[in-house]
Amino acid sequence: MLSQQLVNGLVLGSTYALFALGFTLIFGVLRVINLTYGFYFSVGAFVALWLARSLGASIWIALPLGSLAAGLVAVVIDGILLTRLRRTKAGELPSLMVTLGAVLALYALMAALIGTEIQRFPFGFVGSTALEFAGVRVSLVQMLIVGTAFVMVAVLFLLLQYTRLGLMIRALAENEDAARLMGINVDATVVAVSFLSGLLGGAAGVLIGLNFNAIQPFMGEAMMLRGFAVIIIGGLGDIRGALVAGILLGVLEVLTAGYLSSNAKEAVGFAILVLTLWFRPVGLFGRAQVKRA
Amino acid sequence: MAEWLDDFLFTYENLIHALGIHGLLALSMYCVMALGQLSLGQAAFMGLGAYTGALLTLKLGLPFWLVLPISALVPALVALVIGGPTLRLNGVYLAISTIALGEVLRVLYINAESLTGGALGLSGIPQKASLWLVYGLLAVCIAGFWAIGRSRIGRAMEAMREDEMAAGVMGVNLPLYKLGALIASAMLAGLAGSLAAHSNSFIGPNEYGFEAAVTILSFALLGGIGTPIAPVIGAFVLTALPELLRPLADFRLVFNGLIIVLAVLFLPRGIVPFRLRRAP
Amino acid sequence: MSALLSARGLTMQFRGLLAVNAVDVDVAAGSVHGIIGPNGAGKTTFFNLISGLLRPTSGSLTLDGQDVTALPPYARTRMGLARTFQNIRMFSDMSVLENVMTGMHTRLKAPGWSALLRLPGFRAEEREARAQAMELLEFVGLADKADGRSGSLAYGEQRRLEIARALASRPRLLLLDEPAAGMNPAETRELAVLLKQLGQRDVTLLLVEHDMGFVMDLCDRITVLNFGRKIAEGGPRDIRNDSSVIEAYLGSKVAERLAKAHGA
Repeated sequence: MLSQQLVNGLVLGSTYALFALGFTLIFGVLRVINLTYGFYFSVGAFVALWLARSLGASIWIALPLGSLAAGLVAVVIDGILLTRLRRTKAGELPSLMVTLGAVLALYALMAALIGTEIQRFPFGFVGSTALEFAGVRVSLVQMLIVGTAFVMVAVLFLLLQYTRLGLMIRALAENEDAARLMGINVDATVVAVSFLSGLLGGAAGVLIGLNFNAIQPFMGEAMMLRGFAVIIIGGLGDIRGALVAGILLGVLEVLTAGYLSSNAKEAVGFAILVLTLWFRPVGLFGRAQVKRA
Repeated sequence: MAEWLDDFLFTYENLIHALGIHGLLALSMYCVMALGQLSLGQAAFMGLGAYTGALLTLKLGLPFWLVLPISALVPALVALVIGGPTLRLNGVYLAISTIALGEVLRVLYINAESLTGGALGLSGIPQKASLWLVYGLLAVCIAGFWAIGRSRIGRAMEAMREDEMAAGVMGVNLPLYKLGALIASAMLAGLAGSLAAHSNSFIGPNEYGFEAAVTILSFALLGGIGTPIAPVIGAFVLTALPELLRPLADFRLVFNGLIIVLAVLFLPRGIVPFRLRRAP
Repeated sequence: MSALLSARGLTMQFRGLLAVNAVDVDVAAGSVHGIIGPNGAGKTTFFNLISGLLRPTSGSLTLDGQDVTALPPYARTRMGLARTFQNIRMFSDMSVLENVMTGMHTRLKAPGWSALLRLPGFRAEEREARAQAMELLEFVGLADKADGRSGSLAYGEQRRLEIARALASRPRLLLLDEPAAGMNPAETRELAVLLKQLGQRDVTLLLVEHDMGFVMDLCDRITVLNFGRKIAEGGPRDIRNDSSVIEAYLGSKVAERLAKAHGA
């Protein structure tokens, strides 16, 4: 029983980690809490849904294209909303407010156009087979989720560590002015970071949509609660922290639902968030830059 | 003349109540933004006040004069727990933890069905919030903020908004000011929530979520925060406007969101850009 | 003369870099003390440590015999410390007068409720504060601009306003971070005259400055920092002739040549 719960928690947690990764990447590099991030999540899920329904695309087509679409949407939204504020170095709070207003407008627009009823992937979109190891059942969807999350995280790590783009991103995260002086094309790097984060958010949307098989415009809003908890627990801008905190939150939620009550599950993230703020504001690994007043 | 006024009040009573309550909410937003902080928990604090007030009236039958201060106290305590640790940190921590507060409370109201009525909310709350009370409080609060604004406290607040580090060097006790402002704003929002509950006679869990938080922020952003009256004017405009633009229907929230985007990008001082003089 | 401010083993480390390395400094009450050093010597970090914007990695600071090492900036202001910034930090939307009155924050005592009710006590205090602020503006020559927006003052005027704002708290120790930076020679001379008058107000001055002539003219005592370490200390004349200082500023080859030239 416990091992089954742990597996389910791990699956849920890996989607949280994937989701929070993009969110924390934006903050770590661009110094913005971008609340439109939850919208990319919804976009990824809806594009995949549309592809599956109208064109009969398989998951191997729908997942990458859904993520890609979310990445492109992220680039466009970031360009419209934040270019001007970035140029005037307006700071973190005005940027946060702009994305807050925008995300409300975007959700409302999406809800008005698509409707708010829950939609589902077509039957048989992913096979319902499952494997059993020592009494622990792992469905194909679950394997797909963990596998995709693992691959995407690995690719992101390799990209950040070993490519020229990764170097540019890390330089920008360190210090924008210095990066500019070193001849790094800051604008292009910003676009790349937006795209990558949108990609991660979109993929998380498709995977969560699959996991619960329920898709709805405001799904991103509910997900953001987890996103906030994970990036604060992991430490703002800390990629490794987001990964560990995401998985931790998934496992804790599943265990809470299993052993306490499914209602309490929703509050787990928030409770740990508040505890983190009180006792360890720098996050799990203490790498967040906590600017003290 | 009096008959005309009666007719007017009767037709638009709900709107007039809403205007006053939204004015109070705008002031609660002003209270934190005036020193350069961003709380997105005003709707959550309002909801706490509304639920506290409604429950005290419905379940315990406490008198209204006792209900109101308790409705302000409960959000103040929550503000202390949430805000306490974030005030020594970068401002985004307060913003994030307060949005998260709103989401988590909504889930709590829905799930604590026996107490809060779950998704159906609470109804049959007696209408005890008279227009006199609402507008009297609004007037007192505006006057209070105005007077405080023209003292060393007001100067310290504006100094923090402009340059927090320099304000600290001037001797302003930054954590104390931030905590004081957050608690005062939570109390105001709680009061407004309780007044709203006792004027609409119904409250539900979805009224105090993300959309409400954004709407309250848009009051202050549209009006501006140069004077305490500015956010109130913002609230009046944004409350009256949708009533006039009813055909907007589903797109009302789109409109509210766009107001924020446009105000931050193109109108950073709001539609009432004057600034309070802070010297005798 | 006793030390108003003492730093003992003051050290600040950023990642691997020792920006300030075990510096001992005593600032005598009533003196004008200068901190000089080449770019990147750690002067601004040293200042930020003293005013409390940075917490030292190790070492201690005492102000008038009290340990202030762990106190935040606002508490140090309350104890008689004030500062200006190298890249002027004005409350630019406020009027010139309001800026100075903001500087009086720690001295105004009327409680919040008396401000709320506009009681006579509060109003008297505000009137008095205004009069004192006007007097300070008079002193720095900005009285005629009192009601103007401080952000629209000229550069030199902003520097003087910042000094008036810092003086408004009636500090015993005033830290000036490159007060003459960006000023033309005439403005610099005016500033020197102004600063010399501060001695009569019982203000001890500690200043970081690039302009050597300015420092030599003004200071009783000078501390030289290089790569975060104190390399020399003494009166202006000692510093001018100190070979390690010359070396730090001009590089060792030039110093050698100078030494040879003097020897010949």
